[in-house]
Amino acid sequence: MYAFDYKRPKTVAEAEAAFAADSDAAFLAGGQTLIPTLKQRLRQPSALIDLAALDALKGITVADGIVTIGAGVCHADVAVSADVRKAIPALADLAAQVGDPQVRNRGTLGGSIANNDPAADYPAAVVGLDATVHTSRREIAAAAFFTGMFETALEPGELVVKVSFPIPRRAAYQKFRNPASRYAVVGVMVAETAGGMRVAVTGAGPCVFRVPTMEAALAMNFSAGALQNIQVPPDDLNADLHATSEYRAHLIGVMATRAVASIA
Amino acid sequence: MIDVTITVNGETKTASVEPRLLLVDYLRETLKLTGTHVGCDTSQCGACTVQLDGRSVKACTTLAVQADGARVATIESVAAKDGTLHPMQAAFREHHGLQCGFCTPGMIMSALALVERNRGAVLTEAVIRHELEGNLCRCTGYQSIVKSIAAGAKAMGLAVGDLAGNI
Repeated sequence: MYAFDYKRPKTVAEAEAAFAADSDAAFLAGGQTLIPTLKQRLRQPSALIDLAALDALKGITVADGIVTIGAGVCHADVAVSADVRKAIPALADLAAQVGDPQVRNRGTLGGSIANNDPAADYPAAVVGLDATVHTSRREIAAAAFFTGMFETALEPGELVVKVSFPIPRRAAYQKFRNPASRYAVVGVMVAETAGGMRVAVTGAGPCVFRVPTMEAALAMNFSAGALQNIQVPPDDLNADLHATSEYRAHLIGVMATRAVASIA
Repeated sequence: MIDVTITVNGETKTASVEPRLLLVDYLRETLKLTGTHVGCDTSQCGACTVQLDGRSVKACTTLAVQADGARVATIESVAAKDGTLHPMQAAFREHHGLQCGFCTPGMIMSALALVERNRGAVLTEAVIRHELEGNLCRCTGYQSIVKSIAAGAKAMGLAVGDLAGNI
């Protein structure tokens, strides 16, 4: 690691001020991506602004049909939260499948979506459940938050404070994981929400995306069979040593079908 | 340099550290607690697993400054002062849960956290295997480790079921 300064502010305002005061600062959440990146000398921030002491980023609440999770809540706490399990079991299931126990004990919701790794799980939940991202400056709809591979609508110094997930009528997440990294080769969140049917895919493309053809088919007939003849074109999907784009396209259908079958 | 106060294995330690110092290097190099191992140093193998405020974490993927004000427990805190093995350690010895032993400190720290996470539940082979995903072993093929953890958990008062067949 290159050397860096370290600050641990107590409030969101202090965190933003600390970020602005440094030439090339980076926010540190759980560090499960950032610290390995620093160790490989792929980044050289002038300072790390540790968000661990910000109370505003903590806590899980359920009220008025909305589950709100603080950006600093770790995956392990979402996975075991009785409130989340009762309101949106698919979200607790998703959190329980991130990485491994040690990663889930450190990694956070805010860190995951701010990083927007194309194979991360949480983007599928945020888009699939039509969540709203509350930042230190504004509210951002899920559809506008994820803008590209490792890119989001966040401005420099803007930090995720919490994410609110409207409770869907039903939802399920299915993931074909890389057995070594446990990142999603393909992960699919299927949700029937107040605003309609949503199918969100992570792992397959450069950034999380929805599948309108599947959503239309499920709106007509919510059954695994409804997806049988739908092909997702592989043209813009990822290809790497783990899977070809054609294989990923195929997996989208398989994972979506399994998700629907589990809640139909 | 940043001043940190960390309670390590029940003893309060203060130090002035560089922000980039990893927790595992603080434990091994500064405190000479070399039971915590560095295996892959890339967040995958779990040989560096310690407990931070009671939760298993990879000490190679945690900065020492992040542990300021926290409690850290390492493998050195597990056996009794007179050397009597903890039931989980005894189970690893009894059931051949180690061969070369390099991954064992991390395995034990993960196993102890796993037991605490599953208090009140019936521990199954599937749960043990799922919750052991952050720890790699290159010798045993895991069968004996799973068996050891099941036995250790039982000795620690957990109900253990569904181990038939595979182990």
